[in-house]
Amino acid sequence: MPIEVLMPALSPTMEEGNLAKWLVKEGDTVSSGDVIAEIETDKATMEVEAVEEGTVGKLLVAEGTEGVKVNQPIALLLEEGEDENALENYSPNGTAGDDSGSDSDGDEESDAPEEKTESGKDDAKENTPEPVRHIKPAASDPEIPDGTDMVPTTVRDALRDAMAEEMRRDDTIFVMGEEVAEYQGAYKVTRNLLQEFGSKRVVDTPITEHGFAGLGVGAAFGGLKPIVEFMTFNFAMQAIDHIINSAAKTLYMSGGQMGCPMVFRGPNGAASRVGAQHSQDYSAWYAQVPGLKVIAPYDAADAKGLLKAAIRDPNPVVFLEHELMYGETFDVPDMEDWVLPIGKAKIRREGSDVTIVAHSRMVGFALQAAEELAKQGIEAEVIDLRTLRPLDTDTVIESVKKTNRIVCAEEGWGQHGVGAEIAARVVAEAFDYLDAPPARVFQKDVPLPYAGNLEKLSLPGKDDVVKAAKQVCYVD
Amino acid sequence: MAAKKAADRTTDTAAKRAKGPAAKVTKNDLLTYYRDMVMIRRFEEKAGQLYGMGLIAGFCHLYIGQEAVVVGVQAALDEGDQVITGYRDHGHMLACGMDPNGVMAELTGREGGYSRGKGGSMHMFSRDKQFFGGHGIVGAQVSIGTGLAFADLYKNNGKVCATYFGDGAANQGQVYESFNMAKLWNLPVIYIIENNQYAMGTSVKRSSSETHLHKRGASFGIPGEEVDGMDVIAVRTAAAKARRHCMDGKGPFILEMKTYRYRGHSMSDPAKYRTREEVDDIRSHHDPIEGAKERILKEKFATEDDLKKIDKEVKAIVNASADFARESPEPDPSELYTDVLVES
Repeated sequence: MPIEVLMPALSPTMEEGNLAKWLVKEGDTVSSGDVIAEIETDKATMEVEAVEEGTVGKLLVAEGTEGVKVNQPIALLLEEGEDENALENYSPNGTAGDDSGSDSDGDEESDAPEEKTESGKDDAKENTPEPVRHIKPAASDPEIPDGTDMVPTTVRDALRDAMAEEMRRDDTIFVMGEEVAEYQGAYKVTRNLLQEFGSKRVVDTPITEHGFAGLGVGAAFGGLKPIVEFMTFNFAMQAIDHIINSAAKTLYMSGGQMGCPMVFRGPNGAASRVGAQHSQDYSAWYAQVPGLKVIAPYDAADAKGLLKAAIRDPNPVVFLEHELMYGETFDVPDMEDWVLPIGKAKIRREGSDVTIVAHSRMVGFALQAAEELAKQGIEAEVIDLRTLRPLDTDTVIESVKKTNRIVCAEEGWGQHGVGAEIAARVVAEAFDYLDAPPARVFQKDVPLPYAGNLEKLSLPGKDDVVKAAKQVCYVD
Repeated sequence: MAAKKAADRTTDTAAKRAKGPAAKVTKNDLLTYYRDMVMIRRFEEKAGQLYGMGLIAGFCHLYIGQEAVVVGVQAALDEGDQVITGYRDHGHMLACGMDPNGVMAELTGREGGYSRGKGGSMHMFSRDKQFFGGHGIVGAQVSIGTGLAFADLYKNNGKVCATYFGDGAANQGQVYESFNMAKLWNLPVIYIIENNQYAMGTSVKRSSSETHLHKRGASFGIPGEEVDGMDVIAVRTAAAKARRHCMDGKGPFILEMKTYRYRGHSMSDPAKYRTREEVDDIRSHHDPIEGAKERILKEKFATEDDLKKIDKEVKAIVNASADFARESPEPDPSELYTDVLVES
């Protein structure tokens, strides 16, 4: 049997990519480690190396093909002693996400591993919220005039556009962080900013979070408006002293003299299969600190409008993005200056039976849960907090007065979490309206495991929200 | 008011001082430095006294013994240059020309303090005087000062940031993160290590594998110099050289000021980590104020009586600041919730 060369994944979240270039042709002999092709996604490019020795028997995917699924065979290698006749006997294995009917005969042996791959895929799908493309503006949001174009935009590009627009407006704004400039951003959020604004305003730093966070604070004290990107908020733990002790507290300690207008931003929360040190949700940590504003948007329109607001804000803002949302596409209104108010929650779905409060990626699960609950006759109201500090308690309380039940869903740990705070406020301010104790959905009380099955068990998803909602509605 | 005048004078002379290391030491220079150093010492003694009376609380780190460092550096700075330091900061504020009344009233936690009583000894600021604190986390001011210099270069305003830290902070990781970036981008920052030889109770020898702290920039390509931090003129000369280095676009410069603090680390200090004799020896043979005084008398810039007159004036200002700090009311309870965020 010829050896299959499979489409590799550049990251745990990649599902497909483009085959940019073949560097070998059929008949070439290759050794292990030889570069045989280049593949790319919107984020990165990578060279594909041969992992076996042999002769290139057949190139299955043509150069320039887009949307090649991960793990799809892209070439066949003939082992020593095999000739081209072996190719005729080759029948492609069923590939993940590929419905183009494969012959099932002779595949018995490979069924088991394949099924694992497939179920792994499905898990990933299940864990990715379906993007909701319909935008209903919150009452507090600027009006979108009739006839405004809605442009499908990824969260990643929305964030980039927000920075670019603000940097055009105000030349004291600069962005700094690891790989923000020449590499174009570790997650490509700063793509093309270097090209437009130059290295003075798009500054690659050494790997030195503590130092550059403090440097950013000093630059803000010195009259600039830094956007400090952390490659992920996990690494910001090295810098948390400056975020809290220097950025958040100095205004107060100086009797109002030392404003610190800056943004600390980057991906927060669990990525996919990266283990405990790279998968923590810091929402509750930062949301506890007076002197900070904390934003955690869900969709692209909010990401853009709120990041622009954060950059303009005269205070230090912690802007928590989510890696697994970067590639999701949502409509963004094509408006001259799309800026949203900080501190206002958004009702993403109206309902009368139970209030579900969420932020960031959990909003997607909450919306999916609401759809499923609707099928069972329960109408859920989904509130996207958008800002965690200041917290829009009023919107939550008003909703609870209507639904009399609440589920607080978050990706992070439960103890002293965002949901705990909201539950406490609801109990304190709307106790008489509650028909059930508030329920909370959160990550299991463990460091996030690496193993796929354990990770899935640890992170909350749609089903947990459905279950909690039924619990507060006293429905089995 | 008199304090204000003194401050203005410092700034005026500072501008002249920027001429360079070889600048002549004039009568006016020396008398000004003498006065500024005496001001810091009397102020700190008074603060210690008020602490003993329970009027100042919490932490209170006195600068007594180190006066020549900040006065000498300030003399070499230009108007608009920034100053930032750690928690032993009263001397720096006075040298920057901040009002002793406002500083003392902050120490007592009163409305008339620079932070309206909300910062205390370690957290005072004056944008007006380009003093950026007053930072309580050891070493944090080094990164922040580097950022102020980043802003100077970004704005191309011809200013430098004088970033002070102690021998203890010199072992913090972020100091080296900052050194690296400062040299990488040639930021106009003067790192002034006030080596008073003890980080709380741990001597430099017991804490540092390389005790010559001015060499700490070597692996980043940052030049450094050891300076007699008890000699105000030596300090001024070194600082002027460092400032010119920054202005020439060569980036940061490290000055290790060999100095000494006479008092404890904070107010409750066991004084077990060094001998009485060691302290006495420095006080009697290396005191920065006595050193300046000797030179003034030797050069016949002034008489003993002239200097006593200065001492008296200073004492009056300091006493007035103590009175102000006692009489100024505590902040209004409504202040509790102000200054958390800038209202946009």
